[in-house]
Amino acid sequence: MSNDTKTQTKGFSLALWRRLGPYFSKIKRRFIIGAVFMLINTVTSASYPLFTRYAIDNFVMRETTEGIGAFAWIFGAVIIVSGLCFAFYIKQLMSIEVSMGLMIRKDCFEHLQKLPLSFFNKNSVGYLMGRVMSDTDRITSMVSWGFSDFVEMLCYIIFCVIFMFILSPMLALIIVAMIPIAILISFYFQRKVIGVNRNIQEITAQISGAYNEGITGSKTSKTLVIEDTNVTEFGKLSQRMSVETVRGLRLNAIMTPLVMSLGSIALAVLLYRGGILVGDNLLQFGILSAFITYAVMVIEPVVFLTSIMSNMMLAQVGIERVTALLGEPETIKDTPEVVEKYGDTFNPKRENWEPIKGEITFENVWFKYPDGDEYVLEDFSLTVPPGTTVALVGETGAGKSTIVNLACRFYEPTRGQVLIDGKPSRDRSQLWLHSSLGYVLQQPHLFSGTLMENIRYGRLEATDAEIIAAAKLVSADVVADRMPEGYDSNVGEGGDMLSTGEKQLISFARAVLANPPIFVLDEATSSIDTETELLIQNAISHILKGRTSFIIAHRLSTITRADLILVVEGGRVSERGTHAELLEKQGRYAQLYRAMQEGVQA
Amino acid sequence: METIPKMMLQFARGNKRFFLISVLASALASLMGFLTPLIVGFTIDDVIGGTEASMPGPLMRLYEFILTRGIITNALIICAIFVAVCSIVAGIFNYLSRVNMAKCAERTIRNLRDKLYKHTQNLPFEWHTKNLTGDIIQRCTSDVETTRRFMLQQLIEVLRIGILIVTALIIMFSINVRVALVSAAFLPIILTYTIYFSIRIAKEFHKCDEAEGELMVRVQENLTGVRVVRAFGRERYETDMFNEKNVAFTSKWLKLGTTFGMFWGVGDIVSTMQSLAVLVYGSVLASQGAISIGDLLVFLSYTLTIMWPIRALGRILSDMSQTSVSLKRIKEILDAPAEEPEPGAICPPLNRDIEFKNVTFTYGTEPVLKDVSFTIKHSNVFGILGATGAGKSTITYLLNRLYDLPEDCGDILVGGVDVRNIAKPYLRGHIGLVLQEPFLYSKTILENIDIATKGRNLQKVREKAEIAAVDDSIMSFSKGYDTIVGERGVTLSGGQKQRIAIARTLMMDCPIMVFDDSMSSLDMETDAKIREALRENTAGATVIIISHRISTLMTADQIMVLEDGSVAEIGSHAELLQKNGVYKRVHDLQSGMQQ
Repeated sequence: MSNDTKTQTKGFSLALWRRLGPYFSKIKRRFIIGAVFMLINTVTSASYPLFTRYAIDNFVMRETTEGIGAFAWIFGAVIIVSGLCFAFYIKQLMSIEVSMGLMIRKDCFEHLQKLPLSFFNKNSVGYLMGRVMSDTDRITSMVSWGFSDFVEMLCYIIFCVIFMFILSPMLALIIVAMIPIAILISFYFQRKVIGVNRNIQEITAQISGAYNEGITGSKTSKTLVIEDTNVTEFGKLSQRMSVETVRGLRLNAIMTPLVMSLGSIALAVLLYRGGILVGDNLLQFGILSAFITYAVMVIEPVVFLTSIMSNMMLAQVGIERVTALLGEPETIKDTPEVVEKYGDTFNPKRENWEPIKGEITFENVWFKYPDGDEYVLEDFSLTVPPGTTVALVGETGAGKSTIVNLACRFYEPTRGQVLIDGKPSRDRSQLWLHSSLGYVLQQPHLFSGTLMENIRYGRLEATDAEIIAAAKLVSADVVADRMPEGYDSNVGEGGDMLSTGEKQLISFARAVLANPPIFVLDEATSSIDTETELLIQNAISHILKGRTSFIIAHRLSTITRADLILVVEGGRVSERGTHAELLEKQGRYAQLYRAMQEGVQA
Repeated sequence: METIPKMMLQFARGNKRFFLISVLASALASLMGFLTPLIVGFTIDDVIGGTEASMPGPLMRLYEFILTRGIITNALIICAIFVAVCSIVAGIFNYLSRVNMAKCAERTIRNLRDKLYKHTQNLPFEWHTKNLTGDIIQRCTSDVETTRRFMLQQLIEVLRIGILIVTALIIMFSINVRVALVSAAFLPIILTYTIYFSIRIAKEFHKCDEAEGELMVRVQENLTGVRVVRAFGRERYETDMFNEKNVAFTSKWLKLGTTFGMFWGVGDIVSTMQSLAVLVYGSVLASQGAISIGDLLVFLSYTLTIMWPIRALGRILSDMSQTSVSLKRIKEILDAPAEEPEPGAICPPLNRDIEFKNVTFTYGTEPVLKDVSFTIKHSNVFGILGATGAGKSTITYLLNRLYDLPEDCGDILVGGVDVRNIAKPYLRGHIGLVLQEPFLYSKTILENIDIATKGRNLQKVREKAEIAAVDDSIMSFSKGYDTIVGERGVTLSGGQKQRIAIARTLMMDCPIMVFDDSMSSLDMETDAKIREALRENTAGATVIIISHRISTLMTADQIMVLEDGSVAEIGSHAELLQKNGVYKRVHDLQSGMQQ
């Protein structure tokens, strides 16, 4: 699923709604209870004109008040029952809406936790948020309010029609004849409204995208002085929104009075025909007055009915998108046997986990990205004994990060396999492997919250003292010293209050706290100054002792200490060996090394 | 609550005529709507029942006029036509009212939207660092939508309901005071419980909103940090936190649902009871002959007519309090002082010496720069080296006025002119700054590089991209320069982003260029290649390079070493090596001499 998929089905699709079946069945009981309350409420509401008729025929026309007390009590009792049913019905509806929302959001979120990282490269956060939050809202409110309004209105119209036919089939025909015309007119307009509403949805997404970019990119916009350009572009978007909205509203403004006037026409005909009948004593006054009420009561729900249907079409788009997300394949998945033995992501069976030694073997590994056509890694084989420090050297984009991501099983090889402690990583539990990792990225991500909370993410049960010790170990304590509230200072959204170097220090501390058997440092110190880096290096070399580690770096001091250096070029490992061995070889590494040395010493 | 009318008026400026037309049309439409029951009542009593007529004077006269003229003899047909005509006229007025209201609301909201966007663009950088993106976007979108919906649907409703109730009461009282009193007696009851519930609902709504905000933050944090979540195997922990917020959110809504049910249930009962009272009392009177059947029907029909609007009033009141919360949140953004054009700001030539004189600066409590003084000679390359958090970026922020240096904290001069007197757009437009973590817009690569200069040709863009050593990478994409980046396009590596940002800045041909650690993601060879190309192509420009790499800085004419916000050393590469200070130490570390 990419962001551009626009698989909008035209017309009503039952198959799509059926995909919500599992959710329906879980709250079936509430649906039934709600339906019962709704039914009682509808029948009683539809019966009110009958009371009017009774009063006129039995009291007014007969000029007596005999039995009016009993009449009032009965009518009152019906009203109270109706009102109570209404209250319970609304409560049930809300409960259906939010319970379903709860389930769908939970499924979406849990599914997102299991999707491969490559999925997140293709789908922006804003887009995914839209699926989990607004699309879910749209679906559930349609399922509860839209659906029940639909049924309620339908029942209401049917009951009214039945009552009318019981009273006077001829007069009933006059009103009923208007219903198909009203439906035709409404449908004609609703079709147009759907088109407009789709445009509006599209523009709405663009507008919030524009706000997102305008705000996150504000620093860049300021330095480039393109605020005015941005404002002009936004103005165009905003104008389109305005034009489309007015177009949609205009359609509605024509439709409603048009359909409503049908009711009045029915009323006019009714008066004329009914008047003659009453004059000829062929019809009771009460019945005529009941019909006058019905004429108004029946037509309005028809408009409502068609507008619900057009909203349902819009909700269909939401269902399409949410089910597409839920149907997104987990391309990296533990086998059922693995899940059976070690548990899954949410219910790990830690007691069965074997201790990890940290031997990583690549066997003829080929890799290309799911959406790419070129191999970024070709026929790569390597055995990393436990406790080895491997440094990866090479140009940006040569495939260094790919090797690391394969070792961590964030990606799986297209061909060949990766073995962890001698067993294919596909037969291993993902969580088991990831729990043994300390991963520090070049562009570190911090969560909004305090420094303390961010470091604690590495090991949730760590005490404050342990956290401070970890921070000291990698010199991240200077960050806390600089902040107004020390370790309790807020780092801002995504760690925005800190510089890149400071974020790297904190994410280092986070990884150290986790105390993992395998370490991955992907350009982890690129924005940290040299002296601090040296301090960390010394600490790290202690930490790395006895642990398997991968280091991607541009700096010599980091590279030369490694047990094994790999030179990666265009998806292939061109040289491998220790610093001394590679220098002796007089190959690419030696060339790089000299260039770096000369670069500094010239 | 008082902010609502005031703010709405402010944004509705220029669109008031639509509003007035709409109100007028709405009033006329409801008047027409009222005529129908009157005619029906009249028809029943006079035409069918043959009792004395009770109809407003002018209509009566029209009716008599038509009758006496003998054009149409059948009175029933006339009545029927009256009903039909009334409804058509009412329909037209309804249409006019809705369309004009739509125009008024949409234009007003468009004003608001544009103003908000413009304001967020012009708010100082400091404001942006202090506010959460998600929160601002939520205000600019959902809060605006709440306001829009209120304006569109509810504002006119308030007026319409007012007109409706007053008209209905007047007509009812003019027909029969006693029945009218019975009907009117319910109004205070309805008003009381409506106000009670709408306050309760508004409060609960607010809680729901907050819970939703927290849930959103959870999802956003999880998705943006997905790599960290996976790397630590924290899926379970994240899901538990999400579930907690999800359940909290749901339970708030359930509570609201119960309140809503009660509110609407009570409303249903009370307003139908009103019909009951009118029916029973009216029937008693009618059976005694005190009022006619037609009048009774008119009463019943009016009671029904005002029943729905009164119930809607509760909804409107709770929406109103929600809208006032929304408007307050929008106002908070608009009230934040933006960067305004400064009168008297000047635009001097910038290809001059840059001088920092005793500059001291703080973001909060601890000073980041302490009494910093140095001079950058015009058309020189000036390097800055310093520890993480030493205040290197702050120097560039002060130079291009992303932050303004307060008075008495020293001076920053370009060609002897204080930067605080130089117009911001001019200053920033002529200082090409490449940021540490550059932002690319979700447009094509071509548009991104050409964004500040617009309309230059592809050749020029490629020229600059070549200097930034990124042309080859771009051409290797299947769509080349038309590849869309960011949100909806390919994911670029950190190094590619930095190089595109460099090309973008080069397009501006600035007299001053600043590279704020903007080659950190590049390997040394690419770094050297770019610097070589830069030297050839930016002759005459003053270049400031901030870096941790000695190799990046060593060819600079002058290098300044910052330590804890103060200048530790300044000089050329050779001079600094001789000094045997911080620079020498870093140099030795990086060349691998000292391990």
